Amino acid sequence: MATRPLVLLGTKKGAFILEGDAGRKNWQLRGPFCEAWPIYHMMFDDASQTIYAGGGNPWFGPGVWRSDDLGATWSHSGAGLTYGEGGPPIGTIWHITAAHGTLYAGADPAGLFRSHDQGQTWEHMQGLRDHPSRPNWQAGYGGLCLHSIVAHPTDPARLWVAISAVGTFYSADAGATWTPRNQGVRAEFAPERYPEFGQCVHKLLLAADGEQLYQQNHCGVYRSADGGAHWDEITEGLPSDFGFPLALHPRDPQTLYVVPLNGAEQGRVVPDGRMAVWRSKDRGASWTVLTEGLPGEHAYLGVLREGMAVDTLDPAGIYVGTSTGQVFGSSNEGASWQQLCTNLPPIWSVETALVEA
Amino acid sequence: MAQVYLPRPLAALIAGLPKQTEVEATTVQALIAALEQRWPGVTTCLCGTPDALRPHINIYVDGARATLATPVQAGSVVRVLTAVSGG
Repeated sequence: MATRPLVLLGTKKGAFILEGDAGRKNWQLRGPFCEAWPIYHMMFDDASQTIYAGGGNPWFGPGVWRSDDLGATWSHSGAGLTYGEGGPPIGTIWHITAAHGTLYAGADPAGLFRSHDQGQTWEHMQGLRDHPSRPNWQAGYGGLCLHSIVAHPTDPARLWVAISAVGTFYSADAGATWTPRNQGVRAEFAPERYPEFGQCVHKLLLAADGEQLYQQNHCGVYRSADGGAHWDEITEGLPSDFGFPLALHPRDPQTLYVVPLNGAEQGRVVPDGRMAVWRSKDRGASWTVLTEGLPGEHAYLGVLREGMAVDTLDPAGIYVGTSTGQVFGSSNEGASWQQLCTNLPPIWSVETALVEA
Repeated sequence: MAQVYLPRPLAALIAGLPKQTEVEATTVQALIAALEQRWPGVTTCLCGTPDALRPHINIYVDGARATLATPVQAGSVVRVLTAVSGG
């Protein structure tokens, strides 16, 4: 079957779709969708061929938008996205993941929801907010957002989530109970350097082998080969330990991509005004800077935590969306880049889909 | 029956929801529940939790700012407004 790639863009002012040709040379932009709602995450569920977009509206609160026809028409639901009477109101949905026939959504303030009817209704997974550490969760600048939901590819019982300024949690019983998984991760902003929780994880992903976990953190880049029980720092060789996004190769569990920024307290833009993506092909033991085709001077760009994604073509495509509305793409695993579009609203998420040509 | 005026962005979210309708209810909370019966989804858009309106949703009953507990009379004019917000 011939396929064509889509790049799904969640922005501060709606959702957009970049449609590429089979060669990934020419791109057409469609949007804005979702009534120009702030969209924190937009993704494609391959199993149902459905696009979902999660966000929050300043008036009507959190919602998940859904399109069954690649963006031609959309429906919306917030049913069940509540912590109930006396609970804090939910501001927005930060992340959506589909796995094993279930749709998961992460919220701010942090909590986890699931849907068994493709996002029409949602059920709060109380176990996470029942964790004894929860009264001590402290919001950071990004809010108290649950921004990463990682499902094991073959075992539906195994789930990881990551919460900004709280850290990584793991469940072995499909979300009924949770344990912190932050050992070895620095928290330089906290009184204790290695607390049980309180680390500011920015993005958490599981490699294609279902074994290697990686995270970009406020304080470095890390890998874990034991489901997050222990983390090894792999920051050495990067220009900074600070960054937001992370992307993993679709087939090679040893290859990952990050976009280091100049520092948590230095403006949070790419170092020296030079846009660069960094790649490791050896699980973070060494890093290579990728710049061909990217702006090389006076490019004071930032990329947020959901702002980078890969496609599943061979060679893999990589896409980066900036907080100032540019999209850069590479169709050769980062060796060279082109600007796919510009002048979009601030880009909050980038994901990809492959659909029938 | 109370006359109810709803904001355009809410009507755009919920299939079939008009910008103006009539509802029989004795409180704002009952009025929202009656709307929910006819157009599912209204409650989650207007109430962040079951016991409170969302912070940027303003409801006026006969010109006075209302809460969920505010009484509604037959013939009342109820306006649901989106507060100045966004960026």
